[in-house]
Amino acid sequence: MFQDLSFTLSQGTALVVTGANGIGKSSLLRTLAGLVALAGGAIRFDGGEDDRPAHEHAHYFGHQDSVKPALSVLENLEFWQSFTAPTAATGFTGDLHKPMGALELLGIGHTAHLPAAYLSAGQKRRLSLSRLLVTARPIWLMDEPTSALDKNSEALLLSLMNGHLETGGLIVTATHTQLALAKVQTLHLKAAQPAEQALEEGFL
Amino acid sequence: MAFWDYANPTRFLRFVQAVLPWLTGLCLLFFAVGLYMSFFVAPEDYQQGDTVRIMYIHVPAAWLCMMCYSVMTLSSIGTLVWKHPLADVSAKSAAPIGAAFTFMALVTGALWGKPMWGTYWVWDARLTSVLVLFIMYLGLMTLWRTMEDPIKAGKAAAVLTLVGALNLPIIKFSVDWWNTLHQPASVMRFDGPTIHPDILWPLLVMAVAFTLMFFVLHLMAMRNEILRRRVRALRMRAASAAQPAPAGAAQPAE
Amino acid sequence: MTSWAMALFQRDLRLSVRVGGSALVGVLFFLAVVTVIPFGVGPDLNLLARIGPAILWIGALLATLLGLDRLFQADRDDGTLDLMLMAGRPLELVVLIKCLAHWTATGLPLVVAAPVLGIFLNLDPVSMAAVTATLLVGTPALTLIGAIGASLTVSLRRGGLLLAVLGVPLAIPVLIFGVSSADAAIRDPVPFLTPFLILCALSLIAAVIGPIASATALRFASD
Repeated sequence: MFQDLSFTLSQGTALVVTGANGIGKSSLLRTLAGLVALAGGAIRFDGGEDDRPAHEHAHYFGHQDSVKPALSVLENLEFWQSFTAPTAATGFTGDLHKPMGALELLGIGHTAHLPAAYLSAGQKRRLSLSRLLVTARPIWLMDEPTSALDKNSEALLLSLMNGHLETGGLIVTATHTQLALAKVQTLHLKAAQPAEQALEEGFL
Repeated sequence: MAFWDYANPTRFLRFVQAVLPWLTGLCLLFFAVGLYMSFFVAPEDYQQGDTVRIMYIHVPAAWLCMMCYSVMTLSSIGTLVWKHPLADVSAKSAAPIGAAFTFMALVTGALWGKPMWGTYWVWDARLTSVLVLFIMYLGLMTLWRTMEDPIKAGKAAAVLTLVGALNLPIIKFSVDWWNTLHQPASVMRFDGPTIHPDILWPLLVMAVAFTLMFFVLHLMAMRNEILRRRVRALRMRAASAAQPAPAGAAQPAE
Repeated sequence: MTSWAMALFQRDLRLSVRVGGSALVGVLFFLAVVTVIPFGVGPDLNLLARIGPAILWIGALLATLLGLDRLFQADRDDGTLDLMLMAGRPLELVVLIKCLAHWTATGLPLVVAAPVLGIFLNLDPVSMAAVTATLLVGTPALTLIGAIGASLTVSLRRGGLLLAVLGVPLAIPVLIFGVSSADAAIRDPVPFLTPFLILCALSLIAAVIGPIASATALRFASD
């Protein structure tokens, strides 16, 4: 998928990945999330827990909300809180929220005991975002985090992301919208020669 | 991409090109000798008459349907553990051949059974195990066919092949148990030393001939599969070259 | 059980009993299968009593295998599976717990329904108890074996039938020993315990092979 791709990100910095549609921004994030196997090269995370791979230090906030409509909003969130293993890293002091607190913060506290089926798309998105606040993980991988969010929620998201950076976290995000983040690096992906695509198959 | 991935299929094709004629020749030779021996040298059975000659097809076919599964099992380990690009090609090409030999074993078994048992099919332990194996081959082939991406399909099929390999002895054991419970004596018995050399030699030659045939077919099928994947790669390249923006080509795998 | 495992178990159980879940469909299917068989073989009570354990077992096998297609697919469709892979929990255990929850919601009702359906099939109390006991021990193995098929077909739109095709050959030993031990209790060609203990062993083997194979397949399915 990628060739000659390398970057280093230091504490409290966000990496904004840009590039044309379909260039592989999502794939890059999924690779960092450990969901796509590396064909070569390495992903390293320094200062984390030694017995865990890099992707277990990360939260992945992708296109899909992972919200179960049959469970209540709070049940959804509480499941992720107990299921996701929190990971620590040196210099990362991310502050944790209680599930209720996180929902209040994101403005969906009043829906806590309703089935998630009743939520609007934007509310589901916020419920999905609240996952990142209840389990401490130093890396946030965010694929188009602003999609389906209105202006107010976008501002809220921005403040949460900046808050995460301030506490020593890392963010890698693929986005089309300009986000006013505190410390930003950008990575622009460009299309390779088409032949590389075929080469990658290993049969040419 | 690693050079290793790129070069191996090409080197393999060259190897196939060199080996295939010799192997084919050897296979034909063994078949000529084996068929002659089984039809003209081997004696008739005093009870079964000429029908016993079905054995010279049936037993090698039954042997091959096991061997073919072993080849697939080894290939699956190659896919999952060593991630060898040809392993998955090997497993995929072996499956239809294995299914064909299994089918042949079933058909010849049924044809042989008709004069012996008076019916084409009895739920004999061996026949039943082979039938289960046949279903497993067909399941594996279906799995390969239903998945678009050959790499993904290969990995899924490899997992299933290995699970099947672990299960086959258990299946064999339980079918034997089930069979002794319902029908004590098995009619077909070729256990070791009781076989007369006049029967054994044609059988062995035919077994070698069948094994050679398997390797000839397998190498040919692997060659075809590699060429098929090249065509696929070329088509993907053509698709991405036709479009100035790489949108269609580099669709992220989601 | 650690808290994350408990949370997962509870979640899966809740999902299967709530709206959109599949907890009772399996039992209904079981009932339907057992009901149609007398229409096929005729209402001869002696015959039904003789093949009753087999009917119940085949019904349970089909109900289990056909009910498994959403086991992982529902989680894959909404992105949950991706998050589970990253959660830092051993995937083999995750699979095992999901199977356990699925069995509690769909397999256990089959076991409970078996004696009732046994009445339709003219089973006497001994064989009823034997079938129920064998189903209790054997249906977890069916779920765990079916989970392998479910994980292999997780990315397919219509994986349900293929799952059953892939699962049936692997489930044959369970079926053989399930029915054998039920039969042994009634007609005793062998002591009941012999096949029954083998059935227990098969369930334990399935509890090892099933989660390992499914977890491997799920990891591959993510990319």
